[in-house]
Amino acid sequence: MTESAPPADLIKNAKALPADTTTVDVDALSELSRKLRIDILDMIFTAQSGHPGTSLSCIDLLVCLFGELMQHDAKRPDWADRDRFVLSKGHGAPALYAILMHHGYIGWEEKPTLRQVNSNLQGHPASKYVDGVDISTGSLGQGLSAAVGMALGLRLNNSPAHVYCLIGDGESQEGQIWEAALSAPAHKLTNLTALCDRNSLQIDGNTEAIKPLGDIGAKFEAFGWNVLRIDGHDFRQIIAAGHRAKAWSQETDKPTMIVCQCTKGKGVSFMENEAGWHGKAPNAEQYEAALADLQPDVYYQRLKEAN
Amino acid sequence: MGLLSPAIDLEAPKKEALRNRFGDTLAELGATETDLVVLDADLACSTQTKRFADKFPDRFFNQGISEADMMCTAAGLAAVGKKPYVSTFALFAAGRAWDQVRNTICYSNLNVKIVPTHSGISLGEDGASHQSIEDLALMRTIPNMTVIVPADAVETDRIIRWSLQVPGPMYIRLVRTNHAVIHPDDFELEPYKNQVLRQGSDLTICATGEMTYHALLAAKHLSERDGIEAEVINCTFIKPFDTDTLIKSAQKTGRVLTVESHQFIGGLGGAVCEELCAHHPVPVKRLGTQDRFGQSGKPDDLFKEYGLDPDSIYAEAKAFVASGR
Ligand SMILES: Cc1ncc(C[n+]2csc(CCOP(=O)(O)OP(=O)(O)O)c2C)c(N)n1
Ligand SMILES: [Mg+2]
Repeated sequence: MTESAPPADLIKNAKALPADTTTVDVDALSELSRKLRIDILDMIFTAQSGHPGTSLSCIDLLVCLFGELMQHDAKRPDWADRDRFVLSKGHGAPALYAILMHHGYIGWEEKPTLRQVNSNLQGHPASKYVDGVDISTGSLGQGLSAAVGMALGLRLNNSPAHVYCLIGDGESQEGQIWEAALSAPAHKLTNLTALCDRNSLQIDGNTEAIKPLGDIGAKFEAFGWNVLRIDGHDFRQIIAAGHRAKAWSQETDKPTMIVCQCTKGKGVSFMENEAGWHGKAPNAEQYEAALADLQPDVYYQRLKEAN
Repeated sequence: MGLLSPAIDLEAPKKEALRNRFGDTLAELGATETDLVVLDADLACSTQTKRFADKFPDRFFNQGISEADMMCTAAGLAAVGKKPYVSTFALFAAGRAWDQVRNTICYSNLNVKIVPTHSGISLGEDGASHQSIEDLALMRTIPNMTVIVPADAVETDRIIRWSLQVPGPMYIRLVRTNHAVIHPDDFELEPYKNQVLRQGSDLTICATGEMTYHALLAAKHLSERDGIEAEVINCTFIKPFDTDTLIKSAQKTGRVLTVESHQFIGGLGGAVCEELCAHHPVPVKRLGTQDRFGQSGKPDDLFKEYGLDPDSIYAEAKAFVASGR
């Protein structure tokens, strides 16, 4: 089960993005992401259980979605025209809980209860327990179909709400993802944007060594989607892609998929690109080491070197 | 005759994960049984099929996160004479791929052995989305399917060895936890027989899987503290169900308590009620998840929350006997 470099196809379509994202406050978003990464690790360390790799992989996407792209209001979780978000790869729950806490859907006092008996912070997001989670997920492959249903229903209601759905690349080995991928263009859904966390890892190793996804963007294109390809840790690209996706869907009567090249375990040096950190909690020593990586000086220095 | 070996210390048993033994036994059998092939769906490190994969990479197929695809692929392998063992978490084997198991494997009566791990609530922290509490019911109703639940690592080993010799589809349900070993190393499996591990005359406790150990501990405490003698049947064979052993016991004790890490509908409790209704009606009490989903938590905390820990079983049994029913 070898690691290989992420496929080179991913960033090539960035030309479809508008250049001007000068108003984006990248520093503020980076700082929020850094803090939420610590919250994610705190939760998983306290629970001694959970999925750090995927959570660190997608937190930059969630920061942009909930902070910049989605219309929502924690004070009105039942607002009919709020934008919807479906975390189809439900094991990213710690990342979702971190951003929902930041926006006020979940009280901070709940943070230490992740995965404990009678907690609202279930191992996988459950709508019964948390405002801001509209559909329970955890069994992979099902969320995109649910997002298609939401988009159809909102369109029937003449709602301006937009639906976002985040899937994993390993998750895309589920046949149902491709059933939904056929449905969304069939229904000409323009109020649906899907994102794929293309971190090239699943549990047993590299996706390309197990059941290759290859150029996953090309597959969605062939199924009738608009496809954007971005760096999933570049805030300007994420936000630009989010705006572009909506506009492009309107222009073309098609749903849009944003393939986000991400690094599993991003931000914690020893977790990055390591399949072994899929579903494992750090011990005390590893937790301290992870926190050291997330101190501002170390964190931003590493980001700088990466670019 | 079954009966618990006196060498087993119920208060401080040896522990071993069923799935580890499953992986080891497969890896051992692979050396002599060249038609043995193994399939997994991106959980080889959790189910321990990795132990087979490391030794026989050519006969191991990691189908990726594609459980439905995996089941029908196994059916195809069986149709050309291979002996596939398929593993993933119980929820994804029995739930997600149910139609594939029914229509492609069982309808054709193909020789596919489905051995999921992580069944029931002891899966723990991942929570309800991953806890299969319906799989016994789902699998039991499919014609041609045999349903088996080993109680510990030793029994798992014997069941796997035996199953390799018996053609046809089987569902062999394992759990995640490091679990008490209640069978001696020289245990010999009696196929299709559910063993009486403890004799008693006041009530029968039918338990299955990891609940058998909890039931034995509860029975010990009932005897020591209250002088209540419970007969404990380890219900390994859920389908076909061992009716004889159940009825003989029920005739003696007059009441039956069932215990399973599963819904109290349709699984062991369901099977026991069906047999008793038809052959020897007596009062029954069923313990299981009481029409409730599971949730996140440590296995022992969850057993308490759902009334499936030894103390809760003890209390239920005591109240059942005291009720005079
Ligand atoms: C239907 C189903 N099968 C298997 C699993 C177990 N599982 C949880 S996460 C995971 C790997 C997911 O990989 P990917 O989609 O690439 O997400 P990443 O963690 O890389 O973000 C698997 C197999 C599951 N949750 N659901
Ligand atoms: Mg992945």
